[in-house]
Amino acid sequence: MNFSEVFKLSSLLCKFSPDGKYLASCVQYRLVIRDVNTLQILQLYTCLDQIQHIEWSADSLFILCAMYKRGLVQVWSLEQPEWHCRIDEGSAGLVASCWSPDGRHILNTTEFHLRITVWSLCTKSVSYIKYPKACQQGVAFTRDGRYLALAERRDCKDHVSVFVCSDWQLLRHFDTETQDLAGIEWAPNGCVLAVWDTCLEYKVLLYSLDGRLLSAYCAYEWSLGVKSVAWSPSSQFLAVGSYDGKVRILNHVTWKVITEFGHPATVNNPKIVVYKEAEKNPRLALGRLAFPLPRAAAGPASTTESKYEVASAPVSLQTVKPVADRANPRIGVGALAFSPDNYFLATRSDSVPNAVWIWDIQKLRLFVVLEQLSPVRSFQWDPQQPRLAICTGGSKVYLWSPAGCVSVQVPGEGDFQVLSLCWHFSGDSLALLSKDHFCLCFLETGERVGTAFGRPGDHT
Amino acid sequence: MGEWMTVTDPDLSSESKNICQYTSETKMSPSSLYSQQVLCSSIPLSKNVHSFFSAFCTEENIEQSISYLDQELTTFGFPSLYEESKGKDTKRELNIVAVLNCMNELLVLQRKNLLAQENVETQNLKLGSDMDHLQNCYAKLKEQLETSRREMIGLQERDRQLQCKNRNLHQLLKNEKDEVQKLQNIIASRATQYNHDMKRKEREYNKLKERLHQLVMNKKDKKIAMEVLNYVGRADGKRGSWRTGKTEARNEDEMYKILLNDYEYRQKQILMENAELKKVLQQMKKEMISLLSPQKQKPRERADDSTGTVISDAEEDAGELSRESMWDLSCETVREQLTNSIRKQWRILKSHVEKLDNQVSKVHLEGFNDEDVISRQDHEQETEKLELEIQQCKEMIKTQQQLLQQQLATACDDDTTSLLRDCYLLEEKERLKEEWSLFKEQKKNFEKERRSFTDAAIRLGLERKAFEEERASWLKQQFLNMTTFDHQNSENMKLFSAFPGSSDRDSLTVHSRPRQKKPHGVSNGSPVCTSKLTKSLPASPSTSDFCQTRSCASAHSSINVLNITPEETKPNQVGREGTNQKWSMASRPGSQEGCYSGCSSTYTNSHVEKDDLP
Repeated sequence: MNFSEVFKLSSLLCKFSPDGKYLASCVQYRLVIRDVNTLQILQLYTCLDQIQHIEWSADSLFILCAMYKRGLVQVWSLEQPEWHCRIDEGSAGLVASCWSPDGRHILNTTEFHLRITVWSLCTKSVSYIKYPKACQQGVAFTRDGRYLALAERRDCKDHVSVFVCSDWQLLRHFDTETQDLAGIEWAPNGCVLAVWDTCLEYKVLLYSLDGRLLSAYCAYEWSLGVKSVAWSPSSQFLAVGSYDGKVRILNHVTWKVITEFGHPATVNNPKIVVYKEAEKNPRLALGRLAFPLPRAAAGPASTTESKYEVASAPVSLQTVKPVADRANPRIGVGALAFSPDNYFLATRSDSVPNAVWIWDIQKLRLFVVLEQLSPVRSFQWDPQQPRLAICTGGSKVYLWSPAGCVSVQVPGEGDFQVLSLCWHFSGDSLALLSKDHFCLCFLETGERVGTAFGRPGDHT
Repeated sequence: MGEWMTVTDPDLSSESKNICQYTSETKMSPSSLYSQQVLCSSIPLSKNVHSFFSAFCTEENIEQSISYLDQELTTFGFPSLYEESKGKDTKRELNIVAVLNCMNELLVLQRKNLLAQENVETQNLKLGSDMDHLQNCYAKLKEQLETSRREMIGLQERDRQLQCKNRNLHQLLKNEKDEVQKLQNIIASRATQYNHDMKRKEREYNKLKERLHQLVMNKKDKKIAMEVLNYVGRADGKRGSWRTGKTEARNEDEMYKILLNDYEYRQKQILMENAELKKVLQQMKKEMISLLSPQKQKPRERADDSTGTVISDAEEDAGELSRESMWDLSCETVREQLTNSIRKQWRILKSHVEKLDNQVSKVHLEGFNDEDVISRQDHEQETEKLELEIQQCKEMIKTQQQLLQQQLATACDDDTTSLLRDCYLLEEKERLKEEWSLFKEQKKNFEKERRSFTDAAIRLGLERKAFEEERASWLKQQFLNMTTFDHQNSENMKLFSAFPGSSDRDSLTVHSRPRQKKPHGVSNGSPVCTSKLTKSLPASPSTSDFCQTRSCASAHSSINVLNITPEETKPNQVGREGTNQKWSMASRPGSQEGCYSGCSSTYTNSHVEKDDLP
């Protein structure tokens, strides 16, 4: 496992191009395009203000940089560096900007969700979509880029509009039986739209592409409901994580629950492997003793090396007690991700923030639990194989595969606190992002997972 | 009383004469010794009598006292003390012989009375002890009753408390439910209120939004614009098309095409899955049929309804199978048939397994005599038979007991006569004493034997239980063996079913044969006991013979038995009271006869100990 040198970065803006050739990163108001293999700067674009959002077009030809504060979007072309495009939303303001799947249209959401403006790069035409709903996930494109589903709010009722992306024609418009729609998500096959209600009410609705209600699912009443939703890549399962700390898996035939995954704080089944991260050399550096800073306290494992240990049967995981009188309590399943081969589901229960639960979807049971020393910030599956990368905001990146798991110290002077990470689509490299820097982590390409990953604690 | 008196009177007189001769002529004979002893024993009495007589009779009033005695005796039916008077005037002579006779008779009477008194006393004692025992029992039972009553009251109290608690809990539950309902109502009302307010606010918000929109749009904001160097071509290279009705229709078409494709894909997948499942089912069915068919050859012989249908089912299924392979993928009818046939097969398999279970159980009971399948009924019959046998044995024991009792009872009746005889046959008495000691020894032996017998019976029970367990485990194992065999493959199964348990049987016959040889062995299993039983139990005629001989022998000794048993049996009974209450209790009603319990106890022992007797 090799690491690149550390590059500057701001606002955690670093993205691989969809074709995997380029890496875009932002430093203040500059956009840097690098070659993924050589990491040499190919292009350097200067925007008008500090960049707040970047996004590659699907064909990797363009990249948009959004500066929400100024209501500006700047688009750059990789092929024609001199080509430029600037979209100003003016006094309407800008809160979100994204590409349409064809890479020739940009959808800008104005402030207060007044409308969505669709700018075309091909023609002068501008389209407006009124009444978009301000919600967690109100815009969803099908994977094939053909359709756009948009959550709308009109007359105090939720609606979903399905547009054809090629000409922005409204295909279907239907109202949903939700109190306060919170999100929509297409199944990967683009035929089923999952719609879920606000957390006040547990409700998952499934609509066909033609607007028919296929099924409605409600697991329980009264208490807080859905927190996260994820489709399996095969569109076969819909995993619904909720505030009761359970993941419910719906099947695509009857749309009924086939299993429930609870996230208890103790793992009793001896068949389940629990990897516990442990500090390898719990030597305290002198400096750390001298400066018991809050940062050091927050990340105790940031400098010491760590390894995984297999904990024996009844393992109790560290839990945080949710504060009862605050909104958005830290309970429930907040993150869900299916592995690209459908075999595994990784979840994080917010009341057990240090643990990542990996479920075997073939056998529909818990497979592995990883317990980190500090709260898990994010995790992402390798796009090519069942390999999960986890970061906890410390100076290490953690990789799990069915063969085992490793904890890797990011080299370099000073703390490199990995706050976020993203995979290259080939699964050969991984971008690790900290507050001010990023680096690439190259995984051995020749070797396969089984050999690349020894048993836990083999090498760190 | 009167009868024997009349019968024995002449006899007695002649014997007494003999005694007179003896005493006068040979003074050193053993019998005289005995008589002397007797006399010695009665010395204090005689002294008393003498003193009494001295008061009654003096030198002066001999005549009067004699006449008085004569009068008294004649009134009691004794012959007169005086000789037959030849003339009226002559003074009647005292007949010494008559006096002596009278005296003897009086003595005999006295002795008898003493004996009777003793008997009565002992009986009284016994009854007293019985009484004590019964009182004890009564007290104990009373105590028990008291404690159980107290317990019952306690339990009632507890029950009441629990009920009270339960009622309270019910009330609490109801309250809680009400509370929950109330809270839910509150939540619901709050939610509706909240929604209402939200809607109101949202409307305001929408108004504001609309207003803002208008403002933003109306301003003709120059800033809202896109500056682009040059427009780029579309990704697909095509030019943008106008929105027309045609495009709308095309979009619809496309959408439905996508949906259709998805459904088709899913249908294909489902069909594939169905085909797979069907294949599995077919295979399962085939295997079931092949597994079950060899079994059916044998039950065919039986005129059993169920097996008949089974066979016809199997044949039907074979037909269906070929048909199904023809139809293969068409759904409804085939599915039904397939599931039906599988269900049938499953039922057959189930019944077969049950049959196997029965078979195993019967095989274990009967050994592998016949190759026929052994049903549960036969097994039950067998157990019934065994139980009947046990019952019979018990009855036999009872009748034997009764017989012996009768024997001894008659001996008791006879003993009064023999007692009389015994007084005179002293040598015989000696002999009988010896015999008695021997008998006592034997009795001790019997006691020992009896204990061993009860031990053996206990062991028998235990062994029987163990045997039952063993049988159960064997059955289970056999069944498991069969089923695991079933799982292996059909060929093995065929082999196995063709010669059911052929390999196992050899080993099993070894176990079962010895059991068959001794029919009682199955029920008890204790070799020590069985040997005893086989000798003793079926030999009821011989025991009755023994009873007869025994009665002959005891005709003389029974008097001793009578004399001693009350004292002998008492400690015996006391001992037994502890060990088996039943016995003593059962014997109590008969204890009026004096020797009943003693007899019964000796009976059982003698019964077992028969071989030791000469």
